[in-house]
Amino acid sequence: MDRSSTNGVAIEFRDVSYVSPTGQEVLSGLNLEVLRGETFVLLGRSGSGKTTTLKLVNRLLSPSAGEVRVDGAATAGVDVIALRRSIGYVIQDVGLFPHFTVERNIGLVPRIEGWAEDRIRERVQELSQLVGLEPRLASRYPRQLSGGQRQRVGVARALAADPALLLMDEPFGSLDPLTRDELQREFLLLQQRLHKTVVFVTHDVGEALRLGSRVALMEAGRLVTVLAPQEFLRSGDPWVAAYVKAFKAGLDSAANRGTE
Amino acid sequence: MNIFQFMVQNHDQVLELTLEHLWLVGISTLLAVLIGIPLGVLIAHWPVLNKPVLASANIIQTIPSLALFGFLLPLPWLGERADRLAILALTLYALLPLIRNTYTGIRGVDPAVVEAGRGMGLTDRQLLFQVELPLAVSVILSGVRVAVVISVGLATIAAAIGAGGLGEFIFRGLAMVNNQLILAGAIPAAALALFADTSLGWLEKRLRPR
Ligand SMILES: Nc1ncnc2c1ncn2[C@@H]1O[C@H](COP(=O)(O)OP(=O)(O)O)[C@@H](O)[C@H]1O
Ligand SMILES: [Mg+2]
Repeated sequence: MDRSSTNGVAIEFRDVSYVSPTGQEVLSGLNLEVLRGETFVLLGRSGSGKTTTLKLVNRLLSPSAGEVRVDGAATAGVDVIALRRSIGYVIQDVGLFPHFTVERNIGLVPRIEGWAEDRIRERVQELSQLVGLEPRLASRYPRQLSGGQRQRVGVARALAADPALLLMDEPFGSLDPLTRDELQREFLLLQQRLHKTVVFVTHDVGEALRLGSRVALMEAGRLVTVLAPQEFLRSGDPWVAAYVKAFKAGLDSAANRGTE
Repeated sequence: MNIFQFMVQNHDQVLELTLEHLWLVGISTLLAVLIGIPLGVLIAHWPVLNKPVLASANIIQTIPSLALFGFLLPLPWLGERADRLAILALTLYALLPLIRNTYTGIRGVDPAVVEAGRGMGLTDRQLLFQVELPLAVSVILSGVRVAVVISVGLATIAAAIGAGGLGEFIFRGLAMVNNQLILAGAIPAAALALFADTSLGWLEKRLRPR
């Protein structure tokens, strides 16, 4: 057995750089380890390279230098289709197939993996329940759903083939605050039950601190630091402090408005 | 004798020429679909080929139809029979709307949907047949519709090289300065075009992704 699979490392970036086709150095010298069963949050402003980092994991992009390892094996050497099918992927724009019903969207990966129809149907029902989708929505098309419902379908679809690894790119970014809060709460409950390895991208400090077991702060294509949420609030690092300050400023100014 | 009496009296000839016309249009459209859709798919995924392919199809479109028939005449095997020649010419004309609409339709698919599909492990083939083509189908069909309507009109010219079809009436009518003969070709041709346009338009709406 490989060293990293014995010590519980699910994903490993070794000196990874990514240069875009236009020649821009998007990521440079990235080193990180994501542990099995944790929710690893990539936090950073937009353009800092979070999405690029995520796409390097399921090889939607390939590193220009360095190596990405999933379950101990360099992704460059494995069958890319099998790799992607073993990793759940949720994106901000959801990307549900507009011509598929909810049911078919959720059952997509099991179906292309050749599961029997009744097993797919069972799995779809199980997942709908898990993510809190009412059964009557099963035959609807994505455009007939609310943003929150669509995002639930997106999560169910990513979980369909029971991947150990889940990549989530600002999944709740476009939701209203109440729906977002609800989905964050359900995410935590779900994660208590499932213990997936999750890489979660967000630019929202509050979301990062609430959901992450560790938070990796990115800035301009580099990893600034990786901290547990409690450490994050106390950190002396100027970049982290800037984030914490901006976060607190929002809370404080809201609290002070009544007293001014 | 008015035009309708004439058509009733010569109904077997009207029918025969209409069927010939349909044959020319049908076969050429089928060939254009078989060539044009794969070409459209190809250039949608391989942008380097986009300009040369679309430009070639565009140039063909600008050649006057009689001239095109003339150019193709010396070709071996094809030049031997007028209907082969006509079918080839009609196919070439029908290519542009098919290539262009397939290309446009596929490029118009929401990138987030394609990205999600690829990220979940769909192969290129699965992406094409389960995502891209189904989502582009109404745009592609509108290309088929344009191609058919153009072909129905152009196929009347095929009679000039002896390929038959409703153009027979028209050319005979022109030669004999007989308006009734011209109309006997033109009216069924117009009806065919209208029918194809309406029914394919209906199908296009039905298949538009929700
Ligand atoms: N295909 C690409 N071509 C050119 N630039 C790109 C491409 N993909 C990403 N970038 C650039 O890389 C940087 C990081 O992008 P991204 O990973 O999407 O950031 P984030 O997800 O943190 O907002 C941005 O400056 C973006 O403009
Ligand atoms: Mg992003």
